[in-house]
Amino acid sequence: MSLLEDVMGGGVRGGTSIMYAALGETIGERAGVINLGTEGSMLVGALGAYAIAVETGDPWWGVVAGAVAGGMLSGLHAYLVVRRGASQFASGLSLLFLALGLTSLFGAAYVGQPVVALGRWDVPVLSDLPVLGPILFRHDPLIYLSYALVPLTWWVLFRTRIGLLVRTAGERSDSLEVNGYSAARIRAGAVVVGGMFAGLGGAHLSIAYANAWFENMVSGRGFIAVALVIFAVWSPLRVMGGAYLFGMAIALGPALQARGSELNQFALDVIPFLLTLIVLAVLGRRTLSAAPAELKRVFENST
Amino acid sequence: MRKSTAGAIAGVAVTLVLTSCASATDPQSDVTDGAPGEGTTAIGFITVGPKDDFGYNQAVFEGSEAVKKAYPDMEILTAENVPEDDTAATTMEKMIDKGAKLIFATSYGHLDAALKVAEAHPDVVVVQQGNTITTDVPKNSGTYFGTVYEPMYLAGIAAGSATKTDKLGYVYAFPIPQTIANINAFEQGALSVNPDAETITVSTSDWCNPGKQQAAAESLLSQDVDVLTQHQDCTATVIQAAEKAGAMTVGYHADASSIAPEGWLTGAVWNWGPLYTDIVKTVVDGDFVGSEYNANFRVGYKTGTNPFVLAGYGDQISEATQKAITEAQAWLATDEGSPFAGPVEDQSGKVVIKDGAIPTYAENDGMGFFVKGVIGKLAQ
Repeated sequence: MSLLEDVMGGGVRGGTSIMYAALGETIGERAGVINLGTEGSMLVGALGAYAIAVETGDPWWGVVAGAVAGGMLSGLHAYLVVRRGASQFASGLSLLFLALGLTSLFGAAYVGQPVVALGRWDVPVLSDLPVLGPILFRHDPLIYLSYALVPLTWWVLFRTRIGLLVRTAGERSDSLEVNGYSAARIRAGAVVVGGMFAGLGGAHLSIAYANAWFENMVSGRGFIAVALVIFAVWSPLRVMGGAYLFGMAIALGPALQARGSELNQFALDVIPFLLTLIVLAVLGRRTLSAAPAELKRVFENST
Repeated sequence: MRKSTAGAIAGVAVTLVLTSCASATDPQSDVTDGAPGEGTTAIGFITVGPKDDFGYNQAVFEGSEAVKKAYPDMEILTAENVPEDDTAATTMEKMIDKGAKLIFATSYGHLDAALKVAEAHPDVVVVQQGNTITTDVPKNSGTYFGTVYEPMYLAGIAAGSATKTDKLGYVYAFPIPQTIANINAFEQGALSVNPDAETITVSTSDWCNPGKQQAAAESLLSQDVDVLTQHQDCTATVIQAAEKAGAMTVGYHADASSIAPEGWLTGAVWNWGPLYTDIVKTVVDGDFVGSEYNANFRVGYKTGTNPFVLAGYGDQISEATQKAITEAQAWLATDEGSPFAGPVEDQSGKVVIKDGAIPTYAENDGMGFFVKGVIGKLAQ
């Protein structure tokens, strides 16, 4: 395959777990809650999906379990932050470390266990398209599901009443209360749904992409997802583009190495992070002014 | 070799469990006049990772089970996920409290803790797997390791014979000498039966990162590589990527033919049982001081009991190939045999090992170049 198809197709496959998590984080942050435990939700999602896929022999039950596990961990975050008023940063990080410890402990039994993974399914006709076929239509079903979830999330957030309530919880929560809605409930719901998306991202990693469970296998993708939401100025469509861009940056190193590139391995390793800095420099101040107002308050209060 | 936050957390949990059942006796009070470790009734094994990782740590665990079989009355204490810091020393102290006078510290980075514990307990033998002691070796300590590039050379023969595209792929972590020697030996083995075989290398800069492994495997498979092998701590991802793509696999660490029934060729796998048992016997009999294990011991096909052996063959290995491998193994055991028997050229075509020269184990331990036929740049 050409370098372009390799890197872009690899970017879609490798970026999808990040995209799921970032999409979920977008929902939560739109409601005014930042969840640094996204990495943890991905971890419990990855293990939950793997364990259930191994036990039932059906990867789709694994997908369900991944979403449930991710949702449960973020439910704790919602309880601590929304109900108990805990610091969003402290709660998110604590839950990440809790997830790391728990998944190491309970995941040990699943290391090296063979799993029935979600296989590749080529979309008829479309997969034969030149260039676009290999890049977009020769993947696993969870990737096709994400193609639908991105516009759906956008539509719900910006074109439905529920979406309006979520965004109001993130912008002017007091006006919700005036109208008889509970901002706390809306936020909690958004955080749990966001965690379920992160769990789906973890599930994609363990039972569709890497086909293995290993402790700490998410290795930073959840943090990339949280950063990505800011680059994407809280827009689901931009989250999709950004996640693929990160995926491509990760795929570029191996693709060049496999072609006998003379570039230094360690130089290739820094590409994703260099990309992050470039995006930050380009976007600059624009991102902060676009942040949901209640989210800005979180940053200001947490000195 | 690998250290992670998760490992550290789990390691603390292990330590806590050990603490709760340890006795309160002063470890210094049970010094006897005999040789260190003589007549011990318990043996400790500490590993840096989980005992079922399909890899390095599982091999250690299986070795400890072989010791248990050979010494049924011996109490075997194991601790997994022990980080390469002072936690390792604490864990070993607990084992000594429970009566262990012989401890295997099995990760490269456990050496400092092993030497510290050995110094505090002259009556206890602490051996370490993989590293080397550069100062004077204490009476009650030593290191040991095998020669993994020898079976990788044999696996290269299998790969070079089986490939149809003449392209072999190697996923590795870091350009350390042990890995470089493995890659070179693999290519040398392939070249010995297939002069067109080349080995394309992709690094992940990580001992176990399934996401990166998948990206690396995909990039190799898209370049028409039809045999994948690796030097990683966790191996399932690369093996399954090959199997899904209909490519062949040479395993590492453990026999993974169960997850690659179609593409499994063979692999370099561990069998620590015989060597561990021999070390235990030496210690229990009171012969440790001055023995070959009371130094930096390296073992290969020439010395026998190499803890690295070739795994079982898959269906795609012909009888002729099996015969070639058997002959090559016999040759490696002779004085003239080595994966790096000269002449060996580096990537630029310069002769780096002269015709007729046989590099020593120590020279191979410091290997810093790729041989001709290996594709990829060695990061400096």
